[in-house]
Amino acid sequence: MAAEPGKIDPMHQFQVEPLFGQDWTIAGQSIAFTNSSLWMALTLLAVWLFMLGGMKRALVPGRWQVAVEGVTGFITSMMDTNIGPAGRKFVPYVFSIFIFILFANMLGLVPFGLIPGVHPFTVTSHLTVTAVLAIVSFAIVLVVGFARHGFRFFSLFVPHGAPWWMLPILIPVEFVSFMVRPFSLALRLFVAMTAGHVLLKVLAGFVIQGVNLESAVLTPLVAIPSFALMIGISGLELLVAAIQAYVFALLTSLYLNDAVNLH
Amino acid sequence: MDASSAALIGAGLAAIGAGIAALGVGNVFGSFLESALRNPAAADGQQGRLFIGFAAAELLGLLSFLIAILLYLKA
Repeated sequence: MAAEPGKIDPMHQFQVEPLFGQDWTIAGQSIAFTNSSLWMALTLLAVWLFMLGGMKRALVPGRWQVAVEGVTGFITSMMDTNIGPAGRKFVPYVFSIFIFILFANMLGLVPFGLIPGVHPFTVTSHLTVTAVLAIVSFAIVLVVGFARHGFRFFSLFVPHGAPWWMLPILIPVEFVSFMVRPFSLALRLFVAMTAGHVLLKVLAGFVIQGVNLESAVLTPLVAIPSFALMIGISGLELLVAAIQAYVFALLTSLYLNDAVNLH
Repeated sequence: MDASSAALIGAGLAAIGAGIAALGVGNVFGSFLESALRNPAAADGQQGRLFIGFAAAELLGLLSFLIAILLYLKA
C-alpha cells in the first residue's frame, strides 16, 4: 500500500534498497549489495567483536569473558538437557544461529535513526532470511536423522503405544506436523519482528502527527501518551528479540533431539 | 460491498485472533507461575517446556496477525 502524502508509512522500514553494485547479476538475478546485506555484515561484525573480547581463555575471567561464557554455557546446557551427550556436536551450529538472530534482532532496535540519513534495518524481519535459517535447521535434522538411523528415521511418524488401527490417522497427522516445522520456525521469527517494528512505527507516526497539529490541547494529549507507550513497547521488543532467538534455538535443539534419539 | 472493504473487515476479524492468542500466552505463563509457587524447586527444570508452550501459543496469534496484514495490504 503506497502512503498518501503527509502520512507515515510503517512498512517503508522493511524496504530493501540496493546500496551499490546495482549492475551485478548472476544468471539474470540482481545480487546488489543492499541495506539488508549491510546490516547482516554489521551483525557479523558485532558478533565477531563480542566473541573476540571474550575468547581470551584467561584462568580468572574478566567481565567480558564471563558474558561470552555465559552465552556459550547457556546453549551448551540447553543442548545437554534436550539431547544428551550426543548434543555436544551441535552446540556450534545452535550457538551460531542463536547469537546471529539475537544480534540481528537487537541491532534492528538500536535507535540509529537519530543520526540523519541512517536507518536501522532488521534483517530478521524478512521471510527470505528467516526461511533460509529455518531450512538450514530442517536440513540438518533430515541429514542427521537419515545418517544415524537410515530408513528407521520414518518411525518418527509412528507414536509409541498407539493402537494399530489408529495408525492410518496418526501417521499423516505426524507427517504434517513434521513438515510444518520449517514454516513455523521461519514465520514465528519473521512475524514477531515485523509486528513489533510496525507497532513502533505506527506509534511514532502518532507522535509526529500530534506534534504537527500544533494545538495547545491536542498535541500533548496525543503525542505524550504515544511517546510513553513507545518507550514501554521498546522495552518489550528487547524482551521479544531475546525470547525469539531463544525459542528458535530451543526448537532447533528439540528437532535435533528427534533426529538423534528418535522417540 | 466491494472487495476492498470486505478485505478490511476480514483484516479486523483476523486481528481478533491475535487478542485470543494473548489469552493463550497469559494462560501459559499464569499456569506456570501458579505451579511454580507451589513447588519452586521444580520450576527451573520446566523452563524449556514453558517456552515451548509459549512458542506454540504465540505462533497462532502471529499467524492471525499475518492474515490481517495480508488482507490489509491487499485492500
